[in-house]
Amino acid sequence: MPEITMLEAIRQALFEEMDRDPAVVAIGEDIGVYGGAFKATEGLLARFGHERVIETPISETAIVGAACGMSYLGLRPVAEMQFIDFIACCFNQVTNFVAKSHYRCGAPVPMVLRGPSGGGVHGGPFHSANPEMYFVHTPGLKVVYPSTAYDAKGLLKSAIRDNNPVLFFEHKFLYRRIKEEVPAGDYTVPIGKAVVRRQGSDLTIVSYAAMAHVALEAAATLAKDGIEADVIDLRTLLPLDSETILASVKNTNRLLIVHEDTRTGGIAGEIAAIVCESAFEHLDAPIARVTALDTPVPYSPPLEERFLPNAEKVVAAARELAKY
Amino acid sequence: MTPALTHDQKLDLYYFMQLNRQLEDRLVRLFRQNKIVGGVYSSLGQEAVSVGTSYALEPRDWLAPMIRNIGALLVKGFKPRDIFTQHMAKFTSPTHGKDGTSHFGDLKVRHVVSPISMLGDLIPVMTGVAMAGRYLGQNIVAMTWIGDGGTSTGAFHEGLNLAAQQRAPFVLIVENNQWAYSTPVARQVPIKNLADRAAAYGIASKIVDGNNVVAVYETTKTAVDECRAGRGPILIEVKTMRMKGHAQHDPAEYVPKAMFDYWKAQDPIARYESYLTEHNLWDPKKKSEIDARIEHELDADQKFAEESPLPPAETAEQGVYCEGCHTIEAEWRRPKQDVMPPASSEVAVWKVADFGAFVKTQEVATQHGNRPGHAPRHEPVLSAEKKESISGDEVAGPTGKNQPATGDVAAQVPLRVPFGRGPKDRSVELERRDKVAERPPRHNKPPHKRRRR
Repeated sequence: MPEITMLEAIRQALFEEMDRDPAVVAIGEDIGVYGGAFKATEGLLARFGHERVIETPISETAIVGAACGMSYLGLRPVAEMQFIDFIACCFNQVTNFVAKSHYRCGAPVPMVLRGPSGGGVHGGPFHSANPEMYFVHTPGLKVVYPSTAYDAKGLLKSAIRDNNPVLFFEHKFLYRRIKEEVPAGDYTVPIGKAVVRRQGSDLTIVSYAAMAHVALEAAATLAKDGIEADVIDLRTLLPLDSETILASVKNTNRLLIVHEDTRTGGIAGEIAAIVCESAFEHLDAPIARVTALDTPVPYSPPLEERFLPNAEKVVAAARELAKY
Repeated sequence: MTPALTHDQKLDLYYFMQLNRQLEDRLVRLFRQNKIVGGVYSSLGQEAVSVGTSYALEPRDWLAPMIRNIGALLVKGFKPRDIFTQHMAKFTSPTHGKDGTSHFGDLKVRHVVSPISMLGDLIPVMTGVAMAGRYLGQNIVAMTWIGDGGTSTGAFHEGLNLAAQQRAPFVLIVENNQWAYSTPVARQVPIKNLADRAAAYGIASKIVDGNNVVAVYETTKTAVDECRAGRGPILIEVKTMRMKGHAQHDPAEYVPKAMFDYWKAQDPIARYESYLTEHNLWDPKKKSEIDARIEHELDADQKFAEESPLPPAETAEQGVYCEGCHTIEAEWRRPKQDVMPPASSEVAVWKVADFGAFVKTQEVATQHGNRPGHAPRHEPVLSAEKKESISGDEVAGPTGKNQPATGDVAAQVPLRVPFGRGPKDRSVELERRDKVAERPPRHNKPPHKRRRR
């Protein structure tokens, strides 16, 4: 069983789902002949043709609107944002039309909106964003943000088969940097379930996407000092798996949340509120968070490095917590 | 050639228009009795648009109404009780109180997509509906409406361009009721006919008198048939007039009285009644039969709505997600193998033709006076050429209130210059001369018949 990248895992999921179900179609900019800006859809057009691999003008609102309309007839469109930053261009379609459709008029929208997100690649303010929290704040959507090739493939399949609109964030720093063996057969990973990546009893580190790897790196360093961290990878942000978080915090009594999203309004605040509501008496220390700065993502390497969380920052915060 | 309407169909058109009007009349009364939870957006004077356009669709076709297209919902088979309960926020409404007004739909049977308040968004959505219908081999047409105001949104442009690029079986009705809330159409767009917008997308367009229900029907029916035959999207500008304010709270004092008077004489239902009488299609007895039937239906449905309960509060928490409540299955009308490999496979390369044609294009542009350095025009200059015109052009002048009721607007009103280029400016004179002397040749073929590059 060969090792594959996260990008290849995503590509495989698209191929396999389109092979499985003719109701699955792909729609987006440059996804056909060119194969997508990151080549996630490479080869799709040759195999499935123009009817199923729909290349659009540069019109994010039209892409999401058309995908929504197609889903009303029972298709399962997978729409691509060339960079997830451009989701801002179709914010209205996503949050007002798609997200509210089932609640306000009983019309389900079984579509996936996927795209490359995240920083660390010197993409600057418009090609590095983590806009997930705009959508975590939008009832009616599901928000998925995997950190491994295995999860990316299994979660994308689940997203395509889900009857609700799923936003599928693909961290572009991870696209080609991580490799792992992925089973050959059909499998899915359930939406809404976090996973414990590493077990420990001294503190809980909750994270997702690229920062899940940073958290694991930090946990390895902390282990050398005898601090054993429980590392949780959320995988899905909406709905949030609070059970897994609470179970861990009740065991470790300390909580550190790490995310690449900016600080104010990031999911750390929501998790902290949930833990305070449901496990306050289990806490031995204040809840800590390591996040990106409250700024746009800067372009120049030293600035971006300052902006992003890293293992050292996580280790430092964890040591503070361990003092309690 | 559109097949003529049968006698029964002609009476049907009257029934739906009158039902539309009487229903809204009752909504206004209920509003004044404080029994309507939100607003009432009257389509008084626009009934022929909703009814005439939607009547051209077949049951398999899809539509998405706008706020003033209650008539289209009635034609598609919704009942007055649906409209009453929606406005009164009752549990028995199609949305069970989750949304109001005409914001409801039915994907399975009636093929109606529920609108949202953000204008223009339905255009890409209905384009997607049209694309999916074609993909599944259903041979459907998708239709939606947009007001004169909504044509200025980004979604309008993105959606219509995608529809054109995909040659989707999509009919867009531009319902020009001359007012976007309080702003007259001439203050929103610098063109006389909104149908002119279609040329920019390379699609066909038509203009029709929106207060003549037979003309609206026939024009739309032809467009729907052409669309179904695979000739790409069509835009129909329907010229009409909003006879009330934006909603019940708005007395519309900004509308010149002469304009209301003019359009009151164009009332679509009164005109159609005369038409039916002149053509001996009914007699007073038939009319009172239909009117009585409408009255009876509305009585029963209003009673039903008034007696219906409001939704239980706890249902507020339900239905955000589909948790198995819907079975989602596409209705295939073509073999699935057609879209699966190997049938679907193709060589993934672009074919690009005529890439040297740009030089020619530049010459054409220069010839017609699009010289660099010309400031854009800020005010509509109505062409002296009398375009295919329907009643009402004279009234809807660029200056609104003080506009004389008749006559050529361009001749009487001096250009207003918000940004410094006066009517005596040489560039204005040059531009006008260029326009008259070197008008580009009109295409005598609709875009879908022209040779494609």
